[in-house]
Amino acid sequence: MTLLNEQEYLITNDDIDPTFKDTIMANGSETLAVCYQCGTCSGACPAGRRTPYMIRRLVRKAIMGLKDEVINDDAIWMCTTCYECEERCPRDIEIVEIVKAIRNVAAHEGHMAMAHRKTGSFVAKTGHAVPINDSVKALRREIGLDELPATTHKYPQALEEVQQLVKICKFDELIGYDWNAGDIKD
Amino acid sequence: MAYAYFLGCIMNNRYPGVEKSTRVLMDKLGVELQEMEGASCCPAPGVFGSFDKETWATIAARNITIAEDMGSEILTECNGCFGSLHEANEELKENEEFKAQVNGSLSQINREFKGTTDVRHFAEVLYNDVGLDKISEVLQKQLNLKIAVHYGCHFLKPSKKLQIDNPKRPKILDELVEITGAESVDYADKMMCCGAGGGLRARDKSVTTSFTKEKLDNMTAAGVDAIVDVCPFCHMQFDVGQKEVNEQYGTNYAIPVLHLAQLYGLAMGLSPEELTLDKQVVDPSDLVSKAYSAASATDAAPAADAAPAADAAPAYEKLTIADGCVGCGLCVDACPVNHLEVVDGKAQEKAEDTCVGCGLCVNACPVNVITLKE
Repeated sequence: MTLLNEQEYLITNDDIDPTFKDTIMANGSETLAVCYQCGTCSGACPAGRRTPYMIRRLVRKAIMGLKDEVINDDAIWMCTTCYECEERCPRDIEIVEIVKAIRNVAAHEGHMAMAHRKTGSFVAKTGHAVPINDSVKALRREIGLDELPATTHKYPQALEEVQQLVKICKFDELIGYDWNAGDIKD
Repeated sequence: MAYAYFLGCIMNNRYPGVEKSTRVLMDKLGVELQEMEGASCCPAPGVFGSFDKETWATIAARNITIAEDMGSEILTECNGCFGSLHEANEELKENEEFKAQVNGSLSQINREFKGTTDVRHFAEVLYNDVGLDKISEVLQKQLNLKIAVHYGCHFLKPSKKLQIDNPKRPKILDELVEITGAESVDYADKMMCCGAGGGLRARDKSVTTSFTKEKLDNMTAAGVDAIVDVCPFCHMQFDVGQKEVNEQYGTNYAIPVLHLAQLYGLAMGLSPEELTLDKQVVDPSDLVSKAYSAASATDAAPAADAAPAADAAPAYEKLTIADGCVGCGLCVDACPVNHLEVVDGKAQEKAEDTCVGCGLCVNACPVNVITLKE
């Protein structure tokens, strides 16, 4: 009896996308290539202590080019970008940059949670991920601050600039933003 | 000293007391905060940086160009804004190809990233540019508090790029806290993340909550009165998230949360209302009484010899000062006719008939024990 015959455990060339590693190195960090898999990162990771997120294994899979397996794994979204792994890495690998680059690929291939698309939509709509509301406007007045901060909330032309950048970068298409409805398309 | 004041989202749109206190503090310190008109979300590093790097860098670069046009360094009191703007600024300065790509987009709104400014964090500016001695001069009250300092992640890390303090055993915030008279208490895993970053709070709140519970457990074991942070997002996670921890785990945590600017606000004598502490999820009233209890003990110490005089009832009474006075002295400061004094840790009226019945002391009292007599 040997596991060698169990196809589900085998990684073959069909599972490997040779361009994945280059994409991550170009958009995240070239330091990906020098990882020697010591596991110090996983030992430092607070997300790894409570979820299936294993940063050492994720880096290894990225180097191997196991793109589909990586971007389909919900665990890649458990990282809080706390940098504890990166601070301890003996190879000075920019691990958080690598995680963000992996997530960029996942997001562009349709793996973006509704909550994240919503967060993005607030910036498209108001210029702010956490926009102001009526009760905070009143509170600001009460304590002697301007009702509206001097941000895109106060300057409509500034908001237009941000909205234009959202369109130029095609961020609206990425999150599926409906400009007329001011919300994510269903 | 002048800085381009980057507001971000959560501080000004959720916890305006942080902004209020910062403006009062900087005014007293002679530091000018210049408005960055039309600034937007930074945008959040672990969120927008995780979705589309180009969008993240382009919107961040637009914010930076506003400060470049003003000829000032950026000051922000949010770790997220700091991390995002600092990272984008440095990357665009170093990477010509990326800068050209971002400027291609910016040119369509008549802007250009030049790379002529720097991004600074509020706490680091206070420590390095202003200095502890100068800050101490504008703090009028000593605070008797045991504080759990929460550094957050994007203030010191990645340390090789930020170079602010040792990321494993830093001192900068502890020193900034202790000049108020408060004690920064060591606790287990002090440098651990609050759990909110990287888009985790929006996407999987129960996981975020488990981070926060671990922090609260460790802070509680150390016996602290309050949490002090330098990041409105961590601030929101400890404030709103504390209720979520209690719901998820059936616990009863109620540790008040202060941004460093709000701690300084208390030490400058600003009211909990001005600091919008009364609007936070965790009730701060015990904290405010406790903070000033030491202040009165310190302030009243020289008057200890005169203690017997306190036994004599004042000859004049237009006010009622009920039990529960914490001796903070805010009413003394508020009184326009110098009618009140703190004796033996309690506010009382002076014997002279000077009270005009204006009620300013009633409004000033943080524990609501003063009432006007008819």
